[in-house]
Amino acid sequence: MYSDKVMDHFTNPRNMGKMENPHGESQVGNPTCGDIMKIAIKVEDNRIKDIKFQTFGCGAAVATSSMITEMVKGKTLDEAMGISNKAVAEALDGLPPVKMHCSNLAAEALHKAIEDYKQRKKGKEEG
Amino acid sequence: MKRIYLDNGATTPTHPEALKAMEPLFTQKYGNPSSIHSFGQEAKVAVDSAREDVQKLINARSPEEIIFTSGGTEANNLAVIGAAMAGKKRGKHIITSKIEHHAVLHPCEYLEKELDFQVTYLPVDEKGRVHIDDFKGAIKEDTILASIMMANNEIGTLQPVKEFTVAARESDVVFHTDAVQVAGTMPLDVQELGVDMLSMSAHKFNGPNGVGALYLRKGVKVHPHMHGGGQENKLRGSTHNTPGIVGLGWVCRYARETMDEKVKHLEELRDMLIEGIEERIPETILNGPRRERLPGNVHFCFPYIEGEAILLNLDLKGIAASSGSACTSGSLAPSHVLLGIGRSHELAHGSLRLTLGIDNTQEDVEYVLQVLPEIVQKLRDMSPLYNK
Ligand code: FES
Repeated sequence: MYSDKVMDHFTNPRNMGKMENPHGESQVGNPTCGDIMKIAIKVEDNRIKDIKFQTFGCGAAVATSSMITEMVKGKTLDEAMGISNKAVAEALDGLPPVKMHCSNLAAEALHKAIEDYKQRKKGKEEG
Repeated sequence: MKRIYLDNGATTPTHPEALKAMEPLFTQKYGNPSSIHSFGQEAKVAVDSAREDVQKLINARSPEEIIFTSGGTEANNLAVIGAAMAGKKRGKHIITSKIEHHAVLHPCEYLEKELDFQVTYLPVDEKGRVHIDDFKGAIKEDTILASIMMANNEIGTLQPVKEFTVAARESDVVFHTDAVQVAGTMPLDVQELGVDMLSMSAHKFNGPNGVGALYLRKGVKVHPHMHGGGQENKLRGSTHNTPGIVGLGWVCRYARETMDEKVKHLEELRDMLIEGIEERIPETILNGPRRERLPGNVHFCFPYIEGEAILLNLDLKGIAASSGSACTSGSLAPSHVLLGIGRSHELAHGSLRLTLGIDNTQEDVEYVLQVLPEIVQKLRDMSPLYNK
């Protein structure tokens, strides 16, 4: 059912866990099946220096969250914002059609974490 | 890697002896049982004798009360739609429960939508039981049919069917029970139960796929739903699946001979699994009753985690199981049975069903108890909902 890459990320998820004092974080839920994903980031020089995820979801949800963290680590915020759910699915050598919605969650969580970081930064600069 | 099959509620391996009994029907006794020549008559003898084996397993009064079908789903469709169509002049109200198999629920929904029947879907309690007062209260003037399963295929709950049949009989309501999970696995006596119709399927108790039967009490009227050559008392046109029918007959005989042992074996392993899981994994929720459940059924919810992820991890360890999680269903909706017993969407997510069969051993159970706690913990550590 799943590609080898999906199974690899599922069995050995990269960057999984909690983060102390994140610079930005998000939690998003999947309206389709009820899954939840959390992403936390640390940013330095406008680049994602560290990233961690937690997922309550299926194999595809775990694999896409793991994959996206690997893809964006070290990337600039703009580059990270440009990563789409389709790109994540492709990097995993594809997902079964019923599982495409799971990849939305990873991209959405990442983008929201970056937005959260920007909000916080703005708050600091203004305050 | 050692592989352990714990999805016997989905299907079971065909017993090698059943397969042996079936083989001559493919290669030697291949005649059509409806033909008058010797080839046909040999096949007919085999079909008739299988019919008696089914009759004896469920203690029907006569072999004519057994209608061979393509399986449990067809038996349920024939019973529900057939009895509804035959009774529609008397009334158009049907009673069933919220946690029936889709092979009963969807025919009911079809009758509601397309043919103006009214259907009452009875609620169940936290253990999955339908209450007799609810059942009695739902019977109306125009109720013609009730269909309540004997045992739930997901959470294993056994229903007090006898109580329902007494009430149904008093009100002239035809009573059907889906006994697909029970037939061949637990003792079954249709006369004692007082049911009018009962569905069963061969592949749930070590028979072949694609064959089952409907018990239809003499005198109960149903309309055929497969129109054709007049086989099976004109209720089910179609050339007999002779090898399948013979396979079903064989496992019925085998089940009758080994029933006590089988129940004891399954219950022992089941209780070992349930107790072992509760001992080794913190925060578990057993679904269904602890004792009044199918002898081979174990069903848990593990909070904070998701079922497909459990299944994938188990599969990597060679263990086959199933789940009622939204993520494992094609429809991406959680199991209606788990929602029916009041589990939240989130809890239904972390559900795991392990169903034992005759081939499972104590070592299998020990292996599961060794690997499952690690899997649950690993997934909990990954979960944003788990904060320990
Ligand atoms: S997250 Fe539910 S199906 Fe993938």
